[in-house]
Amino acid sequence: MSRRLRSSLARTSTTGAPEPGRRRTLKALAAGVGTLGGAGTLAGLSGHVQAQSAEPIRIGFQVHRTGIGAAYGRWYDRTTTAAVARINAAGGINGRPVEIVAEDDGTDPKRGAEVIEKFEQRHGCDIAFGTLFSHVVIGSAPRAGELKIPYFVVSEGHHVASGMLNRYTLQPGITDVRSQVQAMAPYVSENLGKKVTMLYADFAFGHDHRDYFSEAIAGQGGEVIAKIPIPPTETSFTKYFPKIPRDTEVIYHVMVGPSVLTFVKEMGEFFGPSAPPIFGFIDSLEAVDIASPGLEFLEDTYFWEGYPRYAQTGPDNVNAFDADYREAVGVDENGASVSDARDVSTYAHMFGCWETLNVIKAGMESADYRGPQDRSKLIEAVEAMSDMPHSLDHPQGAKRFNGKTHQTFGHQHISKVAGGRLDLVHTTSIEDTLYPDEVDYTTRSF
Amino acid sequence: MEFGPHLVLALLEGSITAAVLALTAAGLALVFGILRVVNVAHGEFFMLGAVLAWFVSTTLADAFGASAAIGFVAALVLAPLVTAAVAMAADRVVLRRIGYDPERTIVATIGLLYVLQQATLMSFGPDARPVEPPFNTRIALPWPERVDGSWAMSWPWGFGTTSYKLFVIGAAVVVLVGLWLLLRHTTLGLIMRATEQDRDMARAFGIPVTRVYALVFGLGAALAALGAVLVVPIQQAHYLMGGDPLLLSFIVVIIGGLGSVGGTVVAAVLIGLTDGVVSVFFSATLAKIIATLLVAMVLVFRPQGLFGKNTAR
Repeated sequence: MSRRLRSSLARTSTTGAPEPGRRRTLKALAAGVGTLGGAGTLAGLSGHVQAQSAEPIRIGFQVHRTGIGAAYGRWYDRTTTAAVARINAAGGINGRPVEIVAEDDGTDPKRGAEVIEKFEQRHGCDIAFGTLFSHVVIGSAPRAGELKIPYFVVSEGHHVASGMLNRYTLQPGITDVRSQVQAMAPYVSENLGKKVTMLYADFAFGHDHRDYFSEAIAGQGGEVIAKIPIPPTETSFTKYFPKIPRDTEVIYHVMVGPSVLTFVKEMGEFFGPSAPPIFGFIDSLEAVDIASPGLEFLEDTYFWEGYPRYAQTGPDNVNAFDADYREAVGVDENGASVSDARDVSTYAHMFGCWETLNVIKAGMESADYRGPQDRSKLIEAVEAMSDMPHSLDHPQGAKRFNGKTHQTFGHQHISKVAGGRLDLVHTTSIEDTLYPDEVDYTTRSF
Repeated sequence: MEFGPHLVLALLEGSITAAVLALTAAGLALVFGILRVVNVAHGEFFMLGAVLAWFVSTTLADAFGASAAIGFVAALVLAPLVTAAVAMAADRVVLRRIGYDPERTIVATIGLLYVLQQATLMSFGPDARPVEPPFNTRIALPWPERVDGSWAMSWPWGFGTTSYKLFVIGAAVVVLVGLWLLLRHTTLGLIMRATEQDRDMARAFGIPVTRVYALVFGLGAALAALGAVLVVPIQQAHYLMGGDPLLLSFIVVIIGGLGSVGGTVVAAVLIGLTDGVVSVFFSATLAKIIATLLVAMVLVFRPQGLFGKNTAR
């Protein structure tokens, strides 16, 4: 072997010590690590010192930017931004501004748990907030409980009140499916029919509909004669409709996911002119224009609406706080974005973000929240809440919060499709929606 | 619903699946047969076709007030052309550089899949968006029933289809016949078949093999995009819609026989109808399980597929 080749292979000087090049690199590395370490310590120290009044309150916003919940995530984001702008304009919480730290969970339970970890361990958030889809909540809540970070969900799933989750998970801004379907059953049974076929999304939220509506309609002397589950990722729905029994008196539908328009359109194509009475949840048409081609058959059918999409003008139906709320979140009187009439909102759900943030503010002020050391005080302060009157803080309507089950209760609405719009025809009382407690989280330790 | 009408409904649904699948899988079979490479991004070309169809029809409707029919026809022409252009660019920039090496192409096209998917997510967004069909009337279908001892036609509840769905089946047949004519009766088809049969021999005869490869890759992508344009007024355009067609296309190409476009079409009809019937009577998941089992059986007992042929390199 030539000497040049040998020496380049050996890469050492004749004395055997590391080459000057390598020594220089090692020195630079050591200096770099030292600087980083020093900077880190300084930052840590300064962070600790800065944890006083000017430091913002960081709310980790677990948002569905992609995945099957993307349409809801877009509107949850806009509503949250508007709610925080209003809170900050009024002086923030305990004199501190609110900062939203948003992370995409991809509407995926596993990623949801990772996002909760990021909020606690990387972003230093005070609380986590904002999740809608039930399977993501169920996947994320245990991690929130382990990390002891308060987790305010805006989900409608019955899992909070069922006792399945933990004392750190609360749902003070939106009502749950069990209370919704319980309030709907009397109206369906008296006005539409007693033999119901249910078409529902095949995951936690849809299972709540299946279980609790079956129970509620049985209590009214009715019966669910067929239950047809449909995966929320489904794109082609015609194959499900032949399973509907001929003697169905009422079709009950609640679908979620990007293809809901296809679902409703194909349902119309299946029935043609001979559709039975239909009672749907507006979830099947959230973010979809009811005047879309193919949806004409929905005329004279009924929808549950968490919050009526179209601004109601009838003397009994006017909501005194709706106009200001609509302006703040950028929605016109038809429920679409003020900057793009084709961008229809998820109006029946997004109010939950607005109201939850106002509850968080009230809770933090009541608990005199200073930092993460006060998290359990915050939860206790929210648990102590009960009646929340109808106001711009709660534009959907008055609420009654149950501190033991961590679930809020409110008015439910039924609308009828007329002339391509949704007109409110019935509003329930809060009492119509109550059910016995299944859990008392206040007896659990932190 | 009674069994008879239920079965016909299932077969109709299966026919639409088969029609779109035949187009998509034919594109994949062409690419595999002639280029001898696996294009994992094939489903994304399908998705691109749907997304471009939405873009074309919405732009024409907004800017020129075009009707749904004009928008659809424009999409039918433009979406496959643009998708083919994207595919040919990918062939030039990626596939040619790695020399059409089989393993490297798999990895490269996986990367291409992610690039196309995420680019669409970043521009088109995460929502599903509808495209209006050029025409769509519900057609109630009759069914013979025995009434008082003699046969009479009745119109069972819920038993119907739409004019657009029937059009999709017809259009797919027309395109596949056109493809067959292209392959069998034109010089271009002859060149493609020669390149498929023996690449080096074809080169020796003066056929510009690299250019043929680019053209075939573009044609394969265009067929997938065409299938997507046909199906998008029934479903909607969504950035993740390429996953299912990719899986089903691979299943169909393997069962039909690698390199045989005719075999692929037969397999597409078989798988499409099975999928339709099983998912209507049982569940969509069971339909996918059966399709995957069929592929496993074919790979074990007849690896060259039902109609596959062994060709020299």
